[in-house]
Amino acid sequence: MGDVRPDALSPAHAALGERLSARFGERVASEPPCRGQWIVAVAPAELLAVLAFARDELGLGHLSDVTAVDHLERAPRFDVVYQLAAPQLGVRLTVKTRVAPGEAVPSVTELWAGANYPEREVYDLFGIPFEGHPHLARILLPDEFEGHPLRRDFPLGEVEVDFDIPHRKRFSHAPN
Amino acid sequence: MRQTETITVNMGPQHPSTHGVLRLVVELEGETVKRVEPVIGYLHTGMEKELENQRYIQAVTVTDRMDYLSPLGNNLVWCLAVERLCGLEPPPKGQYLRVLLAELQRISSHLVWLGSHVMDLGATSVFLYCLREREAVLDLFEIASGVRLMTSFIRPGGLRQDVPPEFYDGTMVNGRGMLGLRRFIADFPSRIDDYEALLTGNPIFCQRTQGVGRLSAQQAVDLCLTGANLRASGVDYDVRKAFPYSRYDEFDFAVPLGANGDVFDRYTCRIAELRQSARIVTQALARIDALGPDAPVNSDDRDYVPPPKPELAWSMESLIRHFKIWTEGIKPPAGEVYVQIESPRGELGVYLVSAGGNKPVRAHIRPPAFVNLQAVGAMAKGHMIADLVACLGSLDPVLGEIDR
Repeated sequence: MGDVRPDALSPAHAALGERLSARFGERVASEPPCRGQWIVAVAPAELLAVLAFARDELGLGHLSDVTAVDHLERAPRFDVVYQLAAPQLGVRLTVKTRVAPGEAVPSVTELWAGANYPEREVYDLFGIPFEGHPHLARILLPDEFEGHPLRRDFPLGEVEVDFDIPHRKRFSHAPN
Repeated sequence: MRQTETITVNMGPQHPSTHGVLRLVVELEGETVKRVEPVIGYLHTGMEKELENQRYIQAVTVTDRMDYLSPLGNNLVWCLAVERLCGLEPPPKGQYLRVLLAELQRISSHLVWLGSHVMDLGATSVFLYCLREREAVLDLFEIASGVRLMTSFIRPGGLRQDVPPEFYDGTMVNGRGMLGLRRFIADFPSRIDDYEALLTGNPIFCQRTQGVGRLSAQQAVDLCLTGANLRASGVDYDVRKAFPYSRYDEFDFAVPLGANGDVFDRYTCRIAELRQSARIVTQALARIDALGPDAPVNSDDRDYVPPPKPELAWSMESLIRHFKIWTEGIKPPAGEVYVQIESPRGELGVYLVSAGGNKPVRAHIRPPAFVNLQAVGAMAKGHMIADLVACLGSLDPVLGEIDR
């Protein structure tokens, strides 16, 4: 924090931003920077090309995070959010892509094998499929779970938890 | 006899060397590991959903329970994210105290890792020495916050309160002496020498760890590793240096790097980190001493930070603020931030999206142990099943954080 003015980008960010827009032009939309954070939005079809360019040409070699945001009333509903970092330059980039429910996002596991678990987590909790993922299955929740709890229309605390009834009956003092 | 058939065995979820409730599905050919598939989720409690349904200050207590070896680190990253949304900055003493507590937390977390990791490899006594020093650190947390583990001590805008003088100088509680910070940090480097005397040159320990579970720098970056697991492979990425927070840029410390990326290098990196953390604590202590006991630890931005209690006795305005902040919560302006810190396990990030309300629209934790766990298959492949235990332990997994 401190020396970075809110909502302003450092010169290092701006220089990389120019190279990114020189390569992709209109296909990479710069969003207004938020609290010094550099954010761009791309279409799902362009995602792999933009991330590969950022990794190989701009030096943003570390994929920190993959997650999603559910904007319930907006269409398309979901943002899938990627955080990249270039530790030597002190630069971070947020890449977003918008998808509707059921629409697939290309998997970035071919660029970073470590995207495997984070993408499975997004699939598990938001129900966003990733195309080309080596093993797209639920990861935190049981396989037979229904629904995607981090969607904002999934209620909190209103789903009955399925305890093992025969086990409870063994204890005579347990309430039925 | 020719071995061509593979068998698949379950390791865990109840197994002493899985560091929690982790199940590994291991495909073996004889005793050689062919494939490892971690199965996780046994401790999943939906913490991100919980965070999105708590007010910003309440959520601090949820973050404690994620990585239960590093609650102060979790508090810190959550508060840094909320502060960046609000444009808050704690005063210098608050920042230095945060650094001091975060480094003590790193020391205590690394001690648990060291003790349990080498116990997996058969060295039982090191565990006892490590826990002895960890007790001293937990005593310090108890003096500061009243709680040993789930401290919730770091709050948006600063800390819960300033630490008492006993924190620095020690005290007696119920007939039990608690070391103060000054005494602890003066002794601690010689304790690290003791651990190293037991392990670093020990031929059994070296045989079990050197050349086992090697990851190249390229593999480590490809697997998105962070923390000591990444640095043991020779990649220089420490969030404290690359993206300094809480005035870490004012401190003088080195980032230890490994060369071979094996289990032994991950051990030497963490041991060196213990020494660097002790250096940072000493420097932070000097800075706090220079600021004096009366320097403020909390930001005085009344929109986001509750006023000090004594003020309520004479200021109507403060009483209203107090009431508003504790009932309604704070309301950061709309926006989104991704904030990261160097937790004992690597890059711990928080992604917050605010729409201007008193709860976040989206609160996401980037857990380092979850991402690091993916490497266990690449590390253990081709080794003996006993080496799988060494590989897993060297990743420093904490299942509370992996499952959240």
